[in-house]
Amino acid sequence: MSAIVEIAGLHKHYGAFHALKGIDLSIAPGEVVVVVGPSGSGKSTLIRCINLLEDYQRGEVRVDGEKVVRGKALAKVRAEVGMVFQSFNLFPHLSALHNVALGPLRVRGMPRAQADERARALLVKVGLADHCDKLPGQLSGGQQQRVAIARALAMEPKVLLFDEPTSALDPEMVGEVLAVMQALAHTGVTMVIVTHEMGFARRVADRVVFMEAGVVVEQAPPEQFFGAPREARTQAFLQAILPH
Amino acid sequence: MDLITTFFNWRVLRDALPLLFEGLGVTVLLGLVSIVAGMVSGLLMALLRLYGIAPLRAAARVYIDVFRSIPLLVLLVLVYYALPFVGVRLSSFAAAATALSLVSCAYTAEIFRAGIEAIPKGQFEAAEAIGLGFLNTMRDVVLPQALRIVTPPLTSNCINVLKDTALASVVAMPDLLKQATQAQALAANPTPLIGAALLYLALLLPLVRLVGHFEARHREATR
Repeated sequence: MSAIVEIAGLHKHYGAFHALKGIDLSIAPGEVVVVVGPSGSGKSTLIRCINLLEDYQRGEVRVDGEKVVRGKALAKVRAEVGMVFQSFNLFPHLSALHNVALGPLRVRGMPRAQADERARALLVKVGLADHCDKLPGQLSGGQQQRVAIARALAMEPKVLLFDEPTSALDPEMVGEVLAVMQALAHTGVTMVIVTHEMGFARRVADRVVFMEAGVVVEQAPPEQFFGAPREARTQAFLQAILPH
Repeated sequence: MDLITTFFNWRVLRDALPLLFEGLGVTVLLGLVSIVAGMVSGLLMALLRLYGIAPLRAAARVYIDVFRSIPLLVLLVLVYYALPFVGVRLSSFAAAATALSLVSCAYTAEIFRAGIEAIPKGQFEAAEAIGLGFLNTMRDVVLPQALRIVTPPLTSNCINVLKDTALASVVAMPDLLKQATQAQALAANPTPLIGAALLYLALLLPLVRLVGHFEARHREATR
C-alpha cells in the first residue's frame, strides 16, 4: 500500500539553528503515529511542515502522492490535512457550530444548511451537542479543543495532525480530549500526533517515533518502544519521563 | 451693544438658520462621502501594504507616508487651484471630497493595518490549515475580528474627517462654516458663527462620546 504521507530528506533551519536534520518518514493510510521527544527536538516543526505551516529548505513532503509546495494547489492539499493546535486557535467571533461549518461552507462550497448539519453531527460526535451555539470564550479548554477536532474532521481529511493537543489544558480536561482522539483512532483515519502523553501513545499508537535534536532516533510499535527500546538515547528519555 | 445682542442675537440667528442648516447638510454629505471613500480605499491600501507584491507594498507605504504628512489645507488648495493648470477642473465639492478621501485613506490604512496585525498568528494558521484562501481568510476570520479592534480609532478618524470638512470653505464650498461666515457678513453680527459652532458640537460631541464608550467597552472586554 502506498504511503499517505511521505517525508524524504527534510531539512529545516531557523537562521543558524538546524531544527530538522534530514527526516525520512513514511505513514501508511489509517496508521496512528505518535511522535515523542524532548522539547526543542523538532517534533512540532516536523508536523507543521506536513501542511507547510513551516517552510523548509531541503527535502520534500508528499500527501497522498501530491507534493506539498507553495502555489495554487496548496490550499487544496491543506484541505485534505486536518490540524489541531496546542492553543486550539478557534475563531473567537464564531459559534462552535460556525467554526466547524466554515471549512465545508467556503472550501468545499457546501450549501449553508448542509454544512451546518454536518457541523452539528460532528459536535454531537465529540460530545458537545448542547454547545453548538456557544462562542469559544464560553467553553472550557477541553470543550474548545473538541470543537477544534470537529472543525478538522469537517473537511473529511485524509490525515489529521495533532500538535500537542493537550499541553495547554488543565489536567482534569486532558482525559476528555484524549478519549475523543482514541475513539477517532479506531475509525481508521490517519493520525500524526505530537504529544507528551505516554500512556495515550502506549494505548493508541500503531507506531511511536522518537525524535531528538532534529533527527528520528528510533521508531517502533509501542510495546517494543516502551518495553524494549534499542537506542541509548530513547532509554534515557523514557527513564526521565516515565514513573518508576 | 451688550454681549447678548452681539453674540447670541436671536433675530440674527433665526434669519441665518435656513442657511446654516443648508450648510450643515453639505458638511454632513461631504463628510459621509469622504468617510466612505476613505474607509473602502483605506482597507484596500492596508491589504496592499501588508500582502501586496513587493513593489505594491513599497508604493502603498510611500502613499501612506506622503498623505499623512501633507497638511490637508495644502492638499486641498493644490487639488482645487493647481490641478486646473493641467486641465483637471473639479467642483469645490469634488475637490474637497478628493482631498479629504486621499488623506483619510492613508490614516484608515494605518488603522486597519494595526488591527490586522493584532490578530494572533494562530488564527491565520487555523484558517490556512482548513484550506481557506486569502480572500475567505480575510472576510470570514481576520477582518471581523480586526473590525472590533479598530472601531474606536476608526470612529476617531471619522470625527477628524467631519471636522476637516470645515477647511472646504476655503475653496468656496457652501458648507456650514462658509454659510455661517456669509450670514455673519450679511447681518454684520457674529451670532451665525456661534450657531455654526453649536451645530458642529451637536454633530460631533455624540461621536466623541461614542468613542469613549467603545474604548470603555473594549477595556471591559479585554480585562
